[in-house]
Amino acid sequence: MSPTSIPALVVDNLRKTYGNGVEALKGISLTVQPGDFFALLGPNGAGKSTLIGILSSLVNATSGDAQVFGVSVNRQRGKAMQLIGLVPQEINFNQFEKPFDICVNEAGFYGIPRKVAAERAEKYLRELRLWDKAQHQARMLSGGMKRRLMIARAMMNEPKLLILDEPTAGVDIEIRRSMWQFVSGINAAGTTVILTTHYLEEAEQLCRNIAIIDHGTIVENTSMKHLLASLDVETFVLDVNRLPAELPAIPGITLHRVDEHTVEAEMSRSHDLNSLFAGLSEHGVTVTSMRNKTNRLEELFVRLVENGRTKNHVEQAA
Amino acid sequence: MNGAANLVALNTLVRREIVRIMRIWTQTLIPPAITMTLYFVIFGKLIGSRIGQMHGFTYMQYIVPGLVMMSIITNSYGNISSSFFGAKFSRAVEEMLVSPMPNWVILLGYVVGAVARGLIVGGLVLLIALFFTDLHVAHPLITFLSVLLGATVFSLAGFVNAVFAKKFDDIALVPTFVLTPLTYLGGVFYSVDLLGEPWRSISMVNPILYMVNAFRFGVLGVSDVQIGVAFAVMLVFVVGLAGVALHLLKRGVGLRS
Repeated sequence: MSPTSIPALVVDNLRKTYGNGVEALKGISLTVQPGDFFALLGPNGAGKSTLIGILSSLVNATSGDAQVFGVSVNRQRGKAMQLIGLVPQEINFNQFEKPFDICVNEAGFYGIPRKVAAERAEKYLRELRLWDKAQHQARMLSGGMKRRLMIARAMMNEPKLLILDEPTAGVDIEIRRSMWQFVSGINAAGTTVILTTHYLEEAEQLCRNIAIIDHGTIVENTSMKHLLASLDVETFVLDVNRLPAELPAIPGITLHRVDEHTVEAEMSRSHDLNSLFAGLSEHGVTVTSMRNKTNRLEELFVRLVENGRTKNHVEQAA
Repeated sequence: MNGAANLVALNTLVRREIVRIMRIWTQTLIPPAITMTLYFVIFGKLIGSRIGQMHGFTYMQYIVPGLVMMSIITNSYGNISSSFFGAKFSRAVEEMLVSPMPNWVILLGYVVGAVARGLIVGGLVLLIALFFTDLHVAHPLITFLSVLLGATVFSLAGFVNAVFAKKFDDIALVPTFVLTPLTYLGGVFYSVDLLGEPWRSISMVNPILYMVNAFRFGVLGVSDVQIGVAFAVMLVFVVGLAGVALHLLKRGVGLRS
């Protein structure tokens, strides 16, 4: 196998059972190719953070292994950690230290000489628009700045695999977009990125491949394009001038009244929109605006997770 | 990581610890200096003048090595336990745990930081002592080694305490209920030769007694215990506690799930 064809990440039958008996991962396997922008999605408590914890060696796996660019996290922890940058979900730096020192010290922990570390710290703090705060105590930073600082810190060893665990949680849209731009740039430059997020719009825009995890198992693992193509039903929300007392019947489309001026239309993706507008127009209804009820990925995500739960309930009942 | 990279990591950790000590110098350096000044005034000057000589030295001269060692022990212990537990509490410890830094570098970095605080405080207390009495160091090498080993023993003990601690109360328990009584009963203020049996024999199992007496031998040239035994006891504790600390780090006790 040539070095370029070595997967960025191979997770092989990974299991984790905590001391209290909770089985967080039930033997999951997945592969992430080098250069990918990979979404790891799942509801709270699905096992995402446990998986990331194992990859970053903060959690000990019960069995199974993970390999980062062919290096085993279990057997060659130090070498594997050289390849990984982690942006955790929770703020985990000393808030009394300065952002510049936090970054330089982190580089030092990877054996990077201070001079090189200082240059990198300036580079990434500037890129993440934190340079003017570099010498302030970290506790003085806003929530968004703290999250950007954790990205800058994770870049100090210039990792080949960057893992972002809900990096934009609680961050306003402007900062979120600037973070997307930065991470997209890092990915375009060759760094493999694994992203977990609850903002599915974020995953849809950024990621090329996706795994959905629920109750410690992978319920879907495919390309984003393929997954989105599998969504056969879409729901639109239409703002209208007024709705008649009885909703018009349009073949292939199900209408639900929300209020006097709003209607939801559920229809197959293969169904054309013209028939919807024509049907409404025939009944004197004028559409003033229209939008998707939910993000497409969100709709799929909910269905996949709900299907998985229904299946589990049926199996348990049987 | 290779040797050079480990050295960079170690330097980083030590530097960070020393910056921390200096940043909060009003908590790390001033209180022990004030406390020890009070000891010198009350025990050395006021009470000591009525006690007379001990092993051929004034009482003030006799207690100086004990008080310096007591400062070194409590500050080394306090530094590492609060710094490492603080890192655990704020989760900043994860910065080190996700790095390729080997466990021995993490341990050594924290121990060097704690020993450094012990030495700085010890130096300050010694300087203050010179305002109250004359001192001539009898055996400089023994003085230095006893300080180094004594500080290392309690740095390692503080580290183990911090690894197991789940709340701030847990790092205060050992100093309050173990360290302070052992220090006071470790011959800081008196010679154990003054004690009758069984108290003298009981005192001989107190490790702090050996540290205080090794240091006292270095400074004054007198000791209640054989100097070779004192160093052997300290070395055994260093090796034993370092082994325990490295084992805990390897297992990830209190650090990794």
